[in-house]
Amino acid sequence: MIALDSPMDPNRPPDAVSESELHALLDGRLLPHERTALETRLINDAEATATLKDWRAQREALRKLHKPLLSEPLPPALLAAAQRLNRSQQQFDQWWRWGGMAASVALAFGVGWLSHGQWSSLRPQTSQVLAKARGTSQEFARQAAVAHVVYAPEVRHPVEVTAAQQEHLVQWLSKRLGKPLKVPNLSAQGYELVGGRLLPGETGARAQFMFQNEGGERVTLYLGALNGDSSAVANRETVFSFSTDGPIHDFYWVDQGFGYALAGKLPREGLMQLAQAAYQQLQP
Amino acid sequence: MDRSELTAQIPGLRRYARVLTGDAWAADDLVQDTLERACSKWRLWIAGSNLRAWLFTLMHNQFINQVRRSARQSSTGRMVDMDTVNDELIAADPNLDMALDLHRCLMRLPQEQRAVLLLVSLEDMSYEEVAKVTGVPVGTVMSRLSRARSRLRELMESSPGRAAAAPSPDSKQVLHRLK
Repeated sequence: MIALDSPMDPNRPPDAVSESELHALLDGRLLPHERTALETRLINDAEATATLKDWRAQREALRKLHKPLLSEPLPPALLAAAQRLNRSQQQFDQWWRWGGMAASVALAFGVGWLSHGQWSSLRPQTSQVLAKARGTSQEFARQAAVAHVVYAPEVRHPVEVTAAQQEHLVQWLSKRLGKPLKVPNLSAQGYELVGGRLLPGETGARAQFMFQNEGGERVTLYLGALNGDSSAVANRETVFSFSTDGPIHDFYWVDQGFGYALAGKLPREGLMQLAQAAYQQLQP
Repeated sequence: MDRSELTAQIPGLRRYARVLTGDAWAADDLVQDTLERACSKWRLWIAGSNLRAWLFTLMHNQFINQVRRSARQSSTGRMVDMDTVNDELIAADPNLDMALDLHRCLMRLPQEQRAVLLLVSLEDMSYEEVAKVTGVPVGTVMSRLSRARSRLRELMESSPGRAAAAPSPDSKQVLHRLK
C-alpha cells in the first residue's frame, strides 16, 4: 500500500485507516479478507467513515454522468473513423497470415537491436520516423519469408539461374536491381550457393539467392532497395532484426537504403551465424 | 481483435471524453482525433495487448496536447458552450442539478487530477493501468486521486445552494455562444 500524506487530523491514532486504504476499498481493489478487516477497523473510525461515505457518493454520482452516451448510437463521423481503423488493421492482419508470421515481428525490433542503441535513448521524433521505417522493413521481411516459403521447397526449379553461372547471375541481378550485388560465401558454415532468381517487390525488383547444405536444408537471402519514408533513417542506420513463426526464421537488416533478409528453418542461433557472415561479406 | 471489439470501445471513449472536456463537441472531436491517430499508429499496437488501454493512452496524449495548445492560444478563461449552459439554466430536476453541480466542480479540478479520477471511477481501471495510460508512476496516480477526491468533496460542500445552476462568482467561465 502506498503511504500518502494524509490531510486528516495528524493526531489520529496510528492504526487509523489511511487514505490509500480508503481508495482501495472504494475502488474494489481489496481481496475479500482485506476488505472485511478494513471494514472492521472503520467501525471505530468516524472520520474515515465520513470520508468514505462522501467519496462513495461522489463516485456513484460520477458514474452517472453522461451514462446515456454509453447506449447512444454512434455519430456517423466516429463510425467512419472506426471503419478506417478497422481497414488498416485488417490489412495488417492479412499480411501476418499470408506471410505465415506472427505478431512477434512487431516485437522483433525490440529484441533485435544488435548495435544501434535502444528505443528509450532515441528522441521521440526519431522514434516516430523509425516506427515508419519499421513498417517498411517489416513488410520487406514478410516478402522475404513469402519468397522463401514459395521457392525453398521447389525440387526441379528452385532457381532461375544456377550457381554454375554465378558470374552471369550476379551481373544480371545487379543490373536489374540497379546496384552492384555480391553473393556471400557461406561454405564455411556448410552452405553452398544453389543459384538465384529475380522477383517483383513492392518498391521494385528484388533478388533471391538460395543456399543449401549437405542435408538439403535451404536458406534464402532476399534483397532489394527500400524506398519511401524509411530512406532517411535507413540511410543512416543498420537495423538488424529477427522474426519468427513456427519453423521459418528470418533475420533482416537495412543498410544504406538496401534491405537484406536471410530466411530459413534453422534454429535462431544457426541462422544468426549465417546472417552475420553474410552481413560482414556484404559490407561495402 | 475484430471489428466489434473496436466499435465496442467507442461509447466508453466518448463518455470519458465528454466528462473530461465538459463539452459535447470537443469530446467527439477528441474521440475522432484519437481514432485517426490510431489509424496512423496501428502497427505500434501489439496484437493481443489491451486495446482499451491503448486507445485511452492515445486519447490521453491527444487531450494533453490540446490542453497545451489551447493554453497557449487563450488566456481569457475557459469557454462554455451556450447551448450546454442553456440546458443547465432550465433544469428543474434536483438530480440533474446535482449532476450539473458535480460537473462544474469537476471542471475546476486540474486536468491531470480529473483524468486520474475519471479513469478510476468511470472506467474502473486499476491504478497500474491508469499509470500506464497517463504515463506517470503509480505513486503519482495515487496522490492525484487523493487530491482529486478531497478537492472535489470540498468543492461540492461549498457549492452555493446546489440547486442554483449559475456559475459561482469566482469562476472564470465566460459565456460564449458557439454559433
